[in-house]
Amino acid sequence: MIYREAGQFKATYASDQAIFPIVQDRVFVLAVVIAAFVVPPLVASEYWLQAVLIPFLIYALAAIGLNLLTGYAGQLSLGTGGFMAVGAYSAFKLTTAFPQLNIIVVFLISGLVAAAVGLLFGVPSLRIKGFYLAVATLASQFFLIWLFNKVAWFTNYASSGTITAPDRTVLGVLVTGPNSTTAARYVTALALVTVFALIAKNLVRSRVGRSWMAIRDRDIAAEIIGVRPLRTKLLAFGISSFYCGVAGAELVFLYLGSVETLAFDISLSFLVLFMVIIGGLGSVLGSFLGSAFIVLVPVFLTNAPHLVGLALPVALQKQIELMVFGGLIIFFLIVEPNGLARLWQISKEKLRLWPFPH
Amino acid sequence: MRLRSVLISVLLAALAAAPLARVAAAQSKEIFVPLLVYRTGAYAPSGIPIANGFVDYFSLLNERDGGINGVKLAWEECETQYDTKQGVECYERLKGKSPVLVNPYSTAITYSLIPKAPGDKVVVFSMGYGMSAASDGRWFPWVFNFPTNYWSQASAVVRYIGQQEGGLDKLKGKKILHIFHNSAYGKEANPTLEELARRHGFELMLLAVDHPGQEQKSTWLQVRKSNPDWIFMSGWGVMNQVAVKEAAAIGFKMDHFIGNWWSANDSDVVPAGDGAKGYKGATFHAPGTAFKVHQDLVKFVYDAGKGAAKKEELGAPLYNRGVVNAMLSAEALRTAMAKFGNKPLTGEQVRWGFENLNLTDQRLEQVGMKGFTHAIKVTCEDHEGNGPVLIQQWDGKKWNVVSDWIAPMRDVVRPKLEAAAVEEGKKLSYTMRDCAKEK
Repeated sequence: MIYREAGQFKATYASDQAIFPIVQDRVFVLAVVIAAFVVPPLVASEYWLQAVLIPFLIYALAAIGLNLLTGYAGQLSLGTGGFMAVGAYSAFKLTTAFPQLNIIVVFLISGLVAAAVGLLFGVPSLRIKGFYLAVATLASQFFLIWLFNKVAWFTNYASSGTITAPDRTVLGVLVTGPNSTTAARYVTALALVTVFALIAKNLVRSRVGRSWMAIRDRDIAAEIIGVRPLRTKLLAFGISSFYCGVAGAELVFLYLGSVETLAFDISLSFLVLFMVIIGGLGSVLGSFLGSAFIVLVPVFLTNAPHLVGLALPVALQKQIELMVFGGLIIFFLIVEPNGLARLWQISKEKLRLWPFPH
Repeated sequence: MRLRSVLISVLLAALAAAPLARVAAAQSKEIFVPLLVYRTGAYAPSGIPIANGFVDYFSLLNERDGGINGVKLAWEECETQYDTKQGVECYERLKGKSPVLVNPYSTAITYSLIPKAPGDKVVVFSMGYGMSAASDGRWFPWVFNFPTNYWSQASAVVRYIGQQEGGLDKLKGKKILHIFHNSAYGKEANPTLEELARRHGFELMLLAVDHPGQEQKSTWLQVRKSNPDWIFMSGWGVMNQVAVKEAAAIGFKMDHFIGNWWSANDSDVVPAGDGAKGYKGATFHAPGTAFKVHQDLVKFVYDAGKGAAKKEELGAPLYNRGVVNAMLSAEALRTAMAKFGNKPLTGEQVRWGFENLNLTDQRLEQVGMKGFTHAIKVTCEDHEGNGPVLIQQWDGKKWNVVSDWIAPMRDVVRPKLEAAAVEEGKKLSYTMRDCAKEK
């Protein structure tokens, strides 16, 4: 009824190529973004901002990064945690060495450092594919974590090996460090993820994105029609690692405040991979949905027994949580192997026909 | 198809309802203490007894005395799995219930909570763990790690090794190996050990074991190759059991293998069977159940069916550590009440209580812990107390204390602490307060 595109004609190339060709979509997305900037800082409790929304945004950024590589370019990677660690430790080194440097610039530079490392570890992708590539990227995960643990220089010789986010401001507002407000950190994370999601969305609709998809769908055919595998694959690794690096820096500076390498271990790589798979391979929206699923469901499951007034022992509750969570993942993969993004797409298609389906 | 869409919508609705999951506000008649515990995962063998001990002592206070001076204690456990992200989530969730102190039970989580403490007005009580530098109360007013910290412990263990070798001067040329959990916790003792190695001329070898510590074959191969005189271990959770088993398997002299106070529990030695006989561990309280507090625990908590553990688990070192942790928290609250009145307290009042805690031997006897642990006096400058350390040894059935109280080397530890406090404090843009101005 409301969601109908009748009468919306595309008279120019620009309107035909718009990200959201339907007016209703445009309005909806714009409203959501504006609401995301305004409502939570005013309404949400600190728990919601700090323990739910900030990690959701940061994981979403990492998931977009991995989605570019795995979902669009078809290169399976298990090195996400390692690349995030590169971003985190370079941001820490940069901002302690140059305190006057704007923290957003620091994030971007540490993304570039992560991209360089990603390029390096992307080289094997030219010769090996699929699961074998996953094993090769796994090596990068373990090597990078080992490196940050072993070389004390990366932590400025802190005896505990922990890096701590110092106080840094953007436009006079404290956005990182112990004295910053959660709202400021939330808005920073949101602004970064909004910009990078927009860039990602445009990237995958461009020549680069199409060549990634060509490589993903049939690399030999892509090579024959003139897509250069070396450049395309390495570009995917570089850009993906850039995203992961920025997300890793945010993980320390906007979320946890102080971390050791354990925060970037292999389970983080799997977590981000699950987000991409559950959300939908090859979909920017899917990265957000997957991240929301992985962050929100455990929070919901831990709080649910309290809601109905059930006081379960914590150990039992945790085990139930893990079982239900695992069950949900399997359920969604069986019901919709293409991820939550596909569910969204289906519901949109249904909505177009509603209330007169044929 | 229809069933499928119904199921999907039910699930999505359930997810959408998640925002309703708010924590209820705490009752204002009680003092609320959040407990970050880990009863599942690779660290559960260590996490369960300590959590049980803590809860049991608080239950005892509520059952026997009706709380502290008539103010009931309330607590809620939250499972962290020893993971920093989950720990921060737990802390933020339970913060809604206006807690006044928090025991993170993890050095990494402690590091994450320390920056939040002054703003949230919540005392971080990391008893014998966490950031050693926080012992300097001038820089870290909200953090307490008495009765003693990792650096003091390492120096006391080196002193003990010296005693066994016939004097600290005999350490020259000996080889001491530190096997540590590769995390903020495990690394914490290293700077002190390095300093002591320089002073006393022993050779120090550092071997890291990665999380979670189930795989240590390569570590113990290196141990065999280097053949050290003594091994000191900072392990946690499943890592301890594996290390003790491996040490027994390569035939290392178990009485030359000393765990730190987080690496010497029943659950760490029992899996190795007879091989673990002779294994030693540091502690700052006695093992066993030969104290009045244990009789009370049985009488008021366990016989009433309110115990958290099984009755036979009482007296394990980590269980007793949980009891000590709860007792110290309770005594600090009591100190604060003596000044501010017998009512639920604010974070600042509790902080004052911690800072002015003076636990005398007489008071220890009153709480049924004579000979169980030692007297502590906390001051504005000193949040650690520089407490002495005991060495206990496993005889195959139970732990026995085999040393006197061993004093840490304060002359070595304290200057390093103060220097580290300046460094750590600056990272958080703190300024040093003047203790002369505090009452």
